[in-house]
Amino acid sequence: MPETTIQTFGVRRLEIIAADGTADEALLPDLSGDQLRRLHYLMLLTRTFDRRALALQREGRIGTYPSVLGQEAAQVGSAFALQPSDWVFPSFREMGAHLTLGYPVHQLFQYWGGDERGLRTPDGMNLFPICVSVGTHIPHAAGAALAARARGDRSAVAAYFGDGATSKGDFHEGFNLAGALKLPVVFICQNNQWAISVPLAAQTAAPTLAQKALAYGFEGIQVDGNDVLAVFRATGEALVRARDGGGPTFIECLTYRMADHTTADDASRYRPPADVEAWRDRDPLLRFERFLAKRGLWNGDYGAEVQAKAEGEIDEAVRRYESVPPPEPGEMFAFTCAELSPRQRRQQENIR
Amino acid sequence: MPQLNMVQAINLALREEMARDNRLVVLGEDVGRDGGVFRVTEGLFEQFGGDRVMDTPLSESAIAGAAIGMAVCGMRPVAEIQFMGFIYAAFDQLVAHAARIRTRSRGRFTCPLVIRTPYGGGIKAPELHEESTEALFCHVPGLKVVVPSGPYSAKGLLLAAIRDPDPVLFLEPTRLYRLVKEEVPEGDYTLPLGTARIVRQGGAVTVVAWGSMLQRTIQAVEGYDAEVIDPMTLAPFDGETLLASVRKTGRLVIVHEAPLTCGLGAEIAATVAEEAILHLRGPVVRVAAPDVPVPLARLMDRYLPSVERIQAAVKEVLTY
Ligand SMILES: Cc1ncc(C[n+]2csc(CCOP(=O)(O)OP(=O)(O)O)c2C)c(N)n1
Repeated sequence: MPETTIQTFGVRRLEIIAADGTADEALLPDLSGDQLRRLHYLMLLTRTFDRRALALQREGRIGTYPSVLGQEAAQVGSAFALQPSDWVFPSFREMGAHLTLGYPVHQLFQYWGGDERGLRTPDGMNLFPICVSVGTHIPHAAGAALAARARGDRSAVAAYFGDGATSKGDFHEGFNLAGALKLPVVFICQNNQWAISVPLAAQTAAPTLAQKALAYGFEGIQVDGNDVLAVFRATGEALVRARDGGGPTFIECLTYRMADHTTADDASRYRPPADVEAWRDRDPLLRFERFLAKRGLWNGDYGAEVQAKAEGEIDEAVRRYESVPPPEPGEMFAFTCAELSPRQRRQQENIR
Repeated sequence: MPQLNMVQAINLALREEMARDNRLVVLGEDVGRDGGVFRVTEGLFEQFGGDRVMDTPLSESAIAGAAIGMAVCGMRPVAEIQFMGFIYAAFDQLVAHAARIRTRSRGRFTCPLVIRTPYGGGIKAPELHEESTEALFCHVPGLKVVVPSGPYSAKGLLLAAIRDPDPVLFLEPTRLYRLVKEEVPEGDYTLPLGTARIVRQGGAVTVVAWGSMLQRTIQAVEGYDAEVIDPMTLAPFDGETLLASVRKTGRLVIVHEAPLTCGLGAEIAATVAEEAILHLRGPVVRVAAPDVPVPLARLMDRYLPSVERIQAAVKEVLTY
């Protein structure tokens, strides 16, 4: 018997805005001028937040912090496509997604400042707490999708994670479950090409991460993660498919981590600075500004105006964060269980 | 003799043992070019190359599982789990496999591996970076659990762990990594696993503490006639040294930074209750963290047993 090929696969790649700001008009998502400016503002706010967080960390006013510099488009573009009824499972480097979803900014500072109360999502917002254990929340997204199906509503679920997370067993188990049960989930990977010091090529032998979805029976697509419109479009399409019963999608946002892994890391130990320089031209914010400028939606004055607005918003959040009284020791016990055990109650009373 | 901190002492132990035994390989996340997030493996990649100092993908289960495979097939893997809070994905491999291979194969196969991991609180890090869940592992027959409390013991215990014929979990108290320097000899020396060390002689009360709690305990008992014991190996626990001390002092305080309930202190107290209760003059007192998940930085000082709390416990048992 001759050997035959029984399956062949391909991986799509999506990019809409070129580095100089010109766009593929046919692929442009249907967004108003106001919405485009809102996307820009959210990226700018994310960058402003990030810059301030790094400064606060250096001054000892917050703890270890993972910068999102360079990843604003991947985060804002994807989160902007979500509906309030959708459920979101973030990892720990999605401050742009948090800001886009309207998470209280001072709470982000509070969390990175070592105060658990920052983790409490406002009521009505379907956003899970920051997940520090890499990739372990991926199966939760599958479970939330099962719950959406059980409720019979049209909400979808989005899970965020990095390239390193694709090596975890939980990634594979979560993907397999989502594929097998055709669940309404969109998996959003920010492939920033580093898991601390480990580059993508040492993380996996696969040339794309997107292709990993194929093994589980659903589509994986790679998008230019520094192109906010490409990310928005891919996420929007995946969400529609999820809501329509078409099953999961895996979106690999190809981007780059411009900063150190966290403020506790020193990337110069393992990464040639020239690599970072090569990515500066592909800055997601600059690229979008060039695009907006060509459409008359951005100029220097407007840029200065929204920058000032973003600074003001962050100033206010920092003030608010720093005016919250520190947590009481008894707070530690408050949410361990609905009802504390007698021993926990005694410990709570005696804590000094 | 060089004055080294714990990071340097562990590094020296790995470096010397790798030079001595070419079966030894180091593997884990960021252990290679980056030298580990705490710099414990710094320079090993440059000296021994990527075949012996391997950066792995981000897969704790694969790290532990591969270390098991290597160990069974004649190598001496020393795997790093980046923080103890991320060892849970490897728990299945350690508990269901590493700990049982000797038993399951009726002695045909053995699993001489070491898993090193930073553990413990007080470093102002994010969630899951300050766990102290040693009791989970002490509960598993077939696993040894070792905790050094200073640079000298870190080197001697690590060399013993590497040469031990069974799987050893080696917990490195993160808060102590750079806090103290001690004289650490170059060259070979081992401290036997399963043997405690009397850090300070005393006659009125025995205090047991390990990891970063040992240092606090020594501070707390200053001016008291306290005998301080550093178990060094938590599993198997050196009951002989403990019981001899309790029979002498008649009082026992146990300090650990893990939550109180089902912490290792419970096991130690039970051992004393079974074998030396008639020597006790007062109740055994445990100083531990409360039964809550490890909090973030803002409440960490209230979570970890403080010098004051340890001292209060010592004072209290001395009233009997
Ligand atoms: C299970 C687990 N192992 C190890 C770590 C320590 N750690 C934190 S982030 C990180 C790298 C994550 O890489 P990636 O998933 O690509 O996300 P990125 O940091 O690049 O955003 C590691 C190893 C962790 N948080 N969780």
